[in-house]
Amino acid sequence: MKLAPPLRLLVDEEIRARVMKLELPFNRYGLDRFGVSREHLALFYSILLPFYRRYFRVHTFGIEHVPARGRALIIGNHSGGLPVDAAMVISALFQELEPPRHAHGMVELFAQYWPFVSELFSRAGQLPGLPDHAVRFLEDERLLMVFPEGARGTGKLYKDKYQLVRFGTGFVRIALQTRSPIVPFAFVGGEEALPVVFHAKLLAKAVGAPYWPVSRYLLPVPMPVACEIHFGAPLVFEGDGTEADDVIEGYVSVVRSRIEELIDKGRRHREATGKR
Amino acid sequence: MRIGITGITGALARLVAHRLLTRGHEVVGIDRRPWPDAPKGVTMFRADIRKRPAEDVFRTQPMDGLIHMATVTHFTASKEERYRVNLMGTRSVIEHCQAYGVSRVVFVGRHTVYGAAPDQPLYRTEAEPPLAGATFPDLADLVAADLFAGSALWRFPELSTSVLRIVYTLGPSQRGTLHNFLRGRRVPLVMGFDPLYHFMHEYDAARAIVHALEGGLRGVYNVAGPAPTPLSLLCRVTGRTPVPIPEPLYPFFSGRFGFPSLPDAALNHVKYPIVVDSIAFQKATNFEAEYDEVATLEAVRHLP
Repeated sequence: MKLAPPLRLLVDEEIRARVMKLELPFNRYGLDRFGVSREHLALFYSILLPFYRRYFRVHTFGIEHVPARGRALIIGNHSGGLPVDAAMVISALFQELEPPRHAHGMVELFAQYWPFVSELFSRAGQLPGLPDHAVRFLEDERLLMVFPEGARGTGKLYKDKYQLVRFGTGFVRIALQTRSPIVPFAFVGGEEALPVVFHAKLLAKAVGAPYWPVSRYLLPVPMPVACEIHFGAPLVFEGDGTEADDVIEGYVSVVRSRIEELIDKGRRHREATGKR
Repeated sequence: MRIGITGITGALARLVAHRLLTRGHEVVGIDRRPWPDAPKGVTMFRADIRKRPAEDVFRTQPMDGLIHMATVTHFTASKEERYRVNLMGTRSVIEHCQAYGVSRVVFVGRHTVYGAAPDQPLYRTEAEPPLAGATFPDLADLVAADLFAGSALWRFPELSTSVLRIVYTLGPSQRGTLHNFLRGRRVPLVMGFDPLYHFMHEYDAARAIVHALEGGLRGVYNVAGPAPTPLSLLCRVTGRTPVPIPEPLYPFFSGRFGFPSLPDAALNHVKYPIVVDSIAFQKATNFEAEYDEVATLEAVRHLP
């Protein structure tokens, strides 16, 4: 499926070459059965590339913990007032793994209502966060990225930085049900990039977003701050997803504390190297 | 077997009739419209399924199975007419089958009953409730007919009833909902949205219907074959030009400048996908489509 001519100019040739290396079942139109389009992925990753390499200067550690093939859940913390952390984790999996892998995010529903955003996200496999989507992607041996804090996580204020808020539990049930390993990660730097001091509720309501971040310098635009992603060893739990809530919550807290450790490690590393 | 088809003069129904004949069955056709050059092996009766002469066909023509295809859409009939034909017609047909010992009924429905909405899973299974009554009120009669036909499964357990929710069909007949939408050279899209459309070749749809009947299938099943395709690509590959129209202006363009006329509520069906999971049907019948998405669209591109 070809892009419209002006969009074609945005595609980076090296990115296109990497997209060709993705092990996804594309048909002759360059589409998979979820409507993910090879050309749109090239556009998607080309747009993200300058942010990943230059703007946020993302450094990724522990990428070897992400399986080279097959299903896995990529689970981490939300860092910063906008889900740019999600975009950077997806970029990291694409840029640092060999061969590259494409991760499917579970997006807040409001994105479906926005023209162009809805279209690009649909073609890039970033679908609304419904359990049905998660299970289908995993059963198709894909990488699924989930932020169990959800919008509560991106909606954190700067004063609460790196404090994990309540985790949803659905991701553990889905991991058990589909027998998928959980790869934990920590994202550090996002909170410094967009220090949110206040939420503009009326504005959020007007545009249909869950919140509207107002930063120290008013604009909801992240600053060019160096970020780090730290992946940890995969976690595999016993069960089939039908366990009682207290069992599931036990597993969730294991994942959560693993992410907290990775955040501490990441923050120490980031301070020590003095990257801002 | 001796198989009745209601609404037999419809494009897909004719294909089903031909398919049944080549499989060695005998066909009884019921329609209010004539089929003058009906092939040998088809016995035609001109009757309205809601009226007495149609019941007389059931009384006098013993049948082993019935394929109910006499439904109409907003492209061809008024709201009142749609309720009469789709809902009351379905009721009569199923009751006649029960009364006159027709042991198998196939209700040919549509996947659009699920309704297009932004908060729905991409792949719909039969477990999803059909929402089209809310998202697109012009389909409420078809949703009701679909659910009513499904109720035969518990009301008349001695009948083998199958309700097929078939994706859009494309093919040489150039008939059906999607062909109506693609009628012009330019097709109106909503700017910034490009939903996946799910379709299959009409030959495959006819094969699937005959498959369900021959297997005495019971239950509600989604029927699809090829992978879904974004609407803009579907337009381009079939030789049309997709024209993105900003959403607030869409109703103004509807029915003007050679664009198809759509009810306002149809907008969701141009913005959001309706894609179905047809694994259950494949498992129950071993049906496999012969035309993939490329072959189906290529077949349409080369039509005059």
